[in-house]
Amino acid sequence: MNDERENILGRIREALRLPAPVPGAHERQSAHPVSEREAAVHIPEWLPSVGVTFEERIALFQKNAAELKAQFVLLDGAEQLASQLREIAAAEGWKKVATHANELAECAANSLGLPVVRTDSGYDVHELESCDAGISTCEALVAQTGSVLVTSKSSGGRALSILPPHHVVIARREQLIADLPAAFALIKAKYGPENYPSLISFITGPSRTGDIERILVLGAHGPKKLTILCV
Amino acid sequence: MSTTPAAAEFKRDATTLTKDLRHRSLIRTALKKYEIARDSKKALFQDWQSARQTAAEIKWDAINHLDTHLADFARNLEARGTRVHWASNAEQAREIILTIVREKKASAIVKSKVMTGEEIHLNEALEKEGFEVVESDLGEFIVQLRKEPPYHFVFPAMHLTRGQISETFAKELGSAPTDSPEELTMIARRVLRGKYVTADIGISGANFGIAETGMISITENEGNARLTCALPKVHIALMGIEKILPKFEDLALFLPMLGTAGAGQTLTGYNSMYGGPRQPGETDGPEEFHVVLLDNKRTTLMADPEQRDALHCMRCGACLNVCPIYKNVGGHTYGTTYQGPIGSVITPHLRGLQQWKHLSFASSLCGGCTQACPVKIDLHHHLLQSRRNAIAQRPVWWEKIAFRALSYLFNHAGLFSLGMKLGRIGQIFHPLVKATRIDPAHAWTQSRELPKVAPETFREWWQHRK
Ligand code: SF4
Repeated sequence: MNDERENILGRIREALRLPAPVPGAHERQSAHPVSEREAAVHIPEWLPSVGVTFEERIALFQKNAAELKAQFVLLDGAEQLASQLREIAAAEGWKKVATHANELAECAANSLGLPVVRTDSGYDVHELESCDAGISTCEALVAQTGSVLVTSKSSGGRALSILPPHHVVIARREQLIADLPAAFALIKAKYGPENYPSLISFITGPSRTGDIERILVLGAHGPKKLTILCV
Repeated sequence: MSTTPAAAEFKRDATTLTKDLRHRSLIRTALKKYEIARDSKKALFQDWQSARQTAAEIKWDAINHLDTHLADFARNLEARGTRVHWASNAEQAREIILTIVREKKASAIVKSKVMTGEEIHLNEALEKEGFEVVESDLGEFIVQLRKEPPYHFVFPAMHLTRGQISETFAKELGSAPTDSPEELTMIARRVLRGKYVTADIGISGANFGIAETGMISITENEGNARLTCALPKVHIALMGIEKILPKFEDLALFLPMLGTAGAGQTLTGYNSMYGGPRQPGETDGPEEFHVVLLDNKRTTLMADPEQRDALHCMRCGACLNVCPIYKNVGGHTYGTTYQGPIGSVITPHLRGLQQWKHLSFASSLCGGCTQACPVKIDLHHHLLQSRRNAIAQRPVWWEKIAFRALSYLFNHAGLFSLGMKLGRIGQIFHPLVKATRIDPAHAWTQSRELPKVAPETFREWWQHRK
């Protein structure tokens, strides 16, 4: 198939010999040609505003999470975390949970006194599917959008955060970041250019659909519930 | 205008559907909800117009240097174990995918939404060879059960009521009838859960391809694509070559713009970037990851610099949602993979100008689409350019004569005022033949009133004034 590669690239080069009008020329008279990546510098100034202090941002995250129908709870320390988790487990009648190797997540999961499936060292899909909750950590919380940023490295692989019906995220306060540009910068600084996890995902609320008469239904395929516990 | 089969079909379906008031009110209600959500999310942006300009500039860079970006994209993907395939046309893309599927002796295939898959008729090809393919996006799943094409490339089942969906489920899945959207969703969830766990192959599309890091990005709400890319052993992503973005951080702009313009969400439920198969030290994910790059005449569109910006499209659907034509004739009438204004612009390039030029006339030229487009594609002017190109390529003799006659008439005052007088007499008798076959203005009066000639023209009034 490699000759098709040359054919396609050849056709592109041929097509590009005629220059195109500058972007947005039809909408503003002062449209300018694109210079060396100048365009992207201002992205944070166009996106929704986020506030400056930690309090403002946590409040924004909270508001976004509520709108998305995700639970967000701010806690004090590991002890509160464990008891909060026990409460949820009791209320929902959990019988089995899944988690991955991480001090916070494991500690909390173990305190439940339930069977625990761990996804790190190879697991059975049916086993994971039968868990009532997946408990994972994350890379960051994004105030601007109310999103949880996970990667296959931070959150026990690809399936843990999507297969069980309830995804519980455990985050630390310092993981709250302002906006999307900060999220991409963080991933780039941490993993780039060679060690990117094979999955990087922004989770914004529980799984949802509006495909039937544009009426919102939660839990289309992924988790019906998303709980974010922040210590 | 000479009529092609596609044009005749468009005309026939459009005539029936515009009279279907139930259909129109269904679409109007759905799109009203969209509009309210979109406006509230757009208002959160500090500067939506600058965001559009920036997005247009980034896409301009991507498309006008596509050869370099595409080569980078492939190289970076390959560096981490992904197999990249290049397909010049639909047939080659189908063959590449079929070869992988045959080699794996796949028994079940699960698909998340792939518009390019519709474009190359992938399901038909797989099913013809005896492979079972299940659409996992709820809307796609519904239209697949009904053996219909998607009605809208973002909201595939927008034209159906819950009653119709319940009937379909009862007939095809044997479920009990219900009118709760929640229950209907859960029926689909149960059916599809089993499929993810057993499928050998997952096929997805890609909303963006990041050249700098060698990743594809998938935007979805349901989590079906996440599952499709997590559980099966092989993941195949089919992607049009124009989906490239140069830099990783460009997504910080494009993801919220796609969510906002597409469905009125600040960010869509799941935005996921995949940079390879399962990497060393990772616990799950597919063993093989294939990316199939599809040209299929995109380079033909690219060779027209005037309309090249149509390749900036991120398929958000915003232009469909504001289009008065789309709202009245509906998505199926277009007979194309991509409906609405963007479909009317690109289809003539992808499938032939003469067969599809009628779509350039499926427009009121209100410009609503151009204003709605988050990447500033000059949609309605492109429709005008296509009209011009079509006629330049194949002139219509009687149109030429008609326009010459008109210009002669307008250049001769005496003749013009005689025409006015005759028109005044003619319109007395016009009601006798109005909208019938012998009415000379038949095409117009079928659905509209003919404007009346004024009892006195301005020139007459000027001459007679005291
Ligand atoms: S043309 Fe613009 S508005 Fe229409 S789908 Fe593409 S990006 Fe969206």
